[in-house]
Amino acid sequence: MSATPLLAIEDLHVKVAEKQILNGVNLSLNRGEVHVLLGQNGTGKSTLAYAIAGHPNYIVTQGRILLNGEDFLALAADERARRGVFLAFQAPIAVPGVSVANFLRTAYQARFHGAVVPATDKTGGQSSGFSVIAFQKKLLAAMKGLKIDPALASRYLNDGFSGGEKKQMEILQMALLQPVLAMLDETDSGLDLDKLQVIGEGAARLAQEHNMGVLVITHYKRLLSYIKPTNVHLLLDGRIAVSMGPELVDELEAKGFEYIKNTYAKRSA
Amino acid sequence: MDEDSASIAAEIGTEYKYGFHEEEKHTFRTKVGLSRETVEEISAQKNEPTWMRDFRLRALETFLKKPMPHWGGDLSHINFETITYYLRPTDAKYSNWDMVPEEIKHTYDKLGIPEDERKFLGGVGAQYDSEVVYHSLKSQWEAKGVLFLSPEEAVLRYPDLVKQYFGTIVPPGDNKFAALNSAVWSGGSFIYVPKGVKVDIPLQAYFRINAKNMGQFERTLIIVDEGAFVHYVEGCTAPIYSSDSLHSAVVEIIVKPGARCRYTTIQNWSTNVYNLVTKRAVAYQDATMEWVDGNIGSKLTMKYPAIYMLAPGARGEVLSVAFAGKGQHQDAGAKVVHCAPHTSSTITSKSISRNGGRASYRGLCKVMHGADDCRSRVVCDALILDEKSRSDTYPVIEVDAERVSVEHEASVSKISEEQLFYLMSRGLSEDEAAKMIVTGFVEPLIKELPMEYAVEMNRLIELEMEGTVG
Repeated sequence: MSATPLLAIEDLHVKVAEKQILNGVNLSLNRGEVHVLLGQNGTGKSTLAYAIAGHPNYIVTQGRILLNGEDFLALAADERARRGVFLAFQAPIAVPGVSVANFLRTAYQARFHGAVVPATDKTGGQSSGFSVIAFQKKLLAAMKGLKIDPALASRYLNDGFSGGEKKQMEILQMALLQPVLAMLDETDSGLDLDKLQVIGEGAARLAQEHNMGVLVITHYKRLLSYIKPTNVHLLLDGRIAVSMGPELVDELEAKGFEYIKNTYAKRSA
Repeated sequence: MDEDSASIAAEIGTEYKYGFHEEEKHTFRTKVGLSRETVEEISAQKNEPTWMRDFRLRALETFLKKPMPHWGGDLSHINFETITYYLRPTDAKYSNWDMVPEEIKHTYDKLGIPEDERKFLGGVGAQYDSEVVYHSLKSQWEAKGVLFLSPEEAVLRYPDLVKQYFGTIVPPGDNKFAALNSAVWSGGSFIYVPKGVKVDIPLQAYFRINAKNMGQFERTLIIVDEGAFVHYVEGCTAPIYSSDSLHSAVVEIIVKPGARCRYTTIQNWSTNVYNLVTKRAVAYQDATMEWVDGNIGSKLTMKYPAIYMLAPGARGEVLSVAFAGKGQHQDAGAKVVHCAPHTSSTITSKSISRNGGRASYRGLCKVMHGADDCRSRVVCDALILDEKSRSDTYPVIEVDAERVSVEHEASVSKISEEQLFYLMSRGLSEDEAAKMIVTGFVEPLIKELPMEYAVEMNRLIELEMEGTVG
């Protein structure tokens, strides 16, 4: 078994808008594992995800991020994405005028065919081995699997979408881009129970099929009944204070942050 | 005067720069400058009847009397004395392909323009052999009674029809450049669509390609009779190199009761051109007029397609996209004038400024007294891509009627960091992400274009974003 974890975060310090948010995060994640990151609002859960994804406003002041042993901090956001890092946003932004289908096709090409085929390419991308028709079929199948209305494909990306539709869009992207590391940022917030089930089951299935490493950021247990955690961490004061197995979720719910902090924080490294 | 302005001033005043002198002995050209003699020669060259010659001469008087406009773009470098006003159309602008500027050739390459077309567009060779395609379409139109000719032919073959409408929508006295065009017009299109006839394929000036249609002073007149429909497409996305630096066209359109007309323009003149155009349509009872206006090229464009709604049920729509790059000023917009009750209009304007370019929206929404129960909506969105670039909005709203609803929405934005990050987090490079956002921004207009134009427009925007287009 390989010693190199999929994702290794070493002593990570991250600053946002002149404010230090993360103060030495250590985390190690392997393919096939589901890590859950818990913590109160403002403790930096999303910050960690954005720092891994490479958002320019999230400045790493110290520490390292390694994907399959490769230093990630040297890479821009798009390069990281092409290596298979995916972030399902909590509040995905709209891009008016760009259809979902067009966007997905472009992202798919970037991920699997090295470069985006320019519009001036008369072969329709054939020169890079990409087939528009094959992709179209894939897209429709993926939408069907996630119970997404196919009409959404011709609408403008996230433009006028309900909260639930936006979350469905994120998981659809995950299905097509098949990342090696998927980070789900509060994917369950604002979803009704039906949508939550479809999305939860869908994400779990994808993770399993492709042996992904998954990082789930959430406040609530609900999603975790579909995506079973292997490791659970509590983020506190910009560090991971507690790391345990799935039982931490129930304990936290039953006993609250203070108790957990006082009981376990001293024990963990 | 800075370096840039000095070189422009030199360009406008000069005659053809590239290897033209070899052609002189075979060419008819009026003397430099504008005089009665020039106008008479033009009219004589076209074998015009006296009434048209007199129309031109009266327009010349008007032109000479009128002052230059003091609003809009900077027109101070135009020197009317040093321009050539007429060149017989069958002469080439360049003696050979080598003379055509590199960046133009590069763009043709990137856009995949076929060999023959490149030479024509580059100004080499005045005839493009699309005759075969054109002829078969032509006979279909003729069978329906549709007239699609040059205005010169129309003057000679259908004088009564021309006399009835020519100069009635845009009279020579309207503005200095309309007067100029009225005096020296040459080329353009004359279209008449009979009652109830719907022309399904867009009529394209491109089919009648020869230098006439790409001229300095085109004059177009379109008459759509009751219940008829036509879509006319003018211009093309490939940059047209013109050493004529002043372009002043006039377009007049009459849409009769129950009829519909759409006029699409994609303008991409080379960046030495002053493009000053007067376009105006009148719409009668239950008639619809649509202007689709794309401004990509030229040094300065001043163009405000207008629709006068003259009877109840008339509708007007203007869709305008402007791209202003380095050294460009797109002063574009629209005018909608409600002269009758129960009429409606919409104006959608999208502009992009980049690399020091300047895009201005200049619009008028006027509801005259008695034009009650009207609706008008104006949306103008500007995208400014960097700190050097500029965007302005000059909307004018005048309402003098009852129960009128006028909406005006404007937005200015730059490419949002969050949108960029979102797209980059899906593997698109920063450039690709920016292109996608900009293309999405103009999408409402692009989707109204005939397919080939839509594809070319998108390509062109991508190239503009790369900054490699001349």
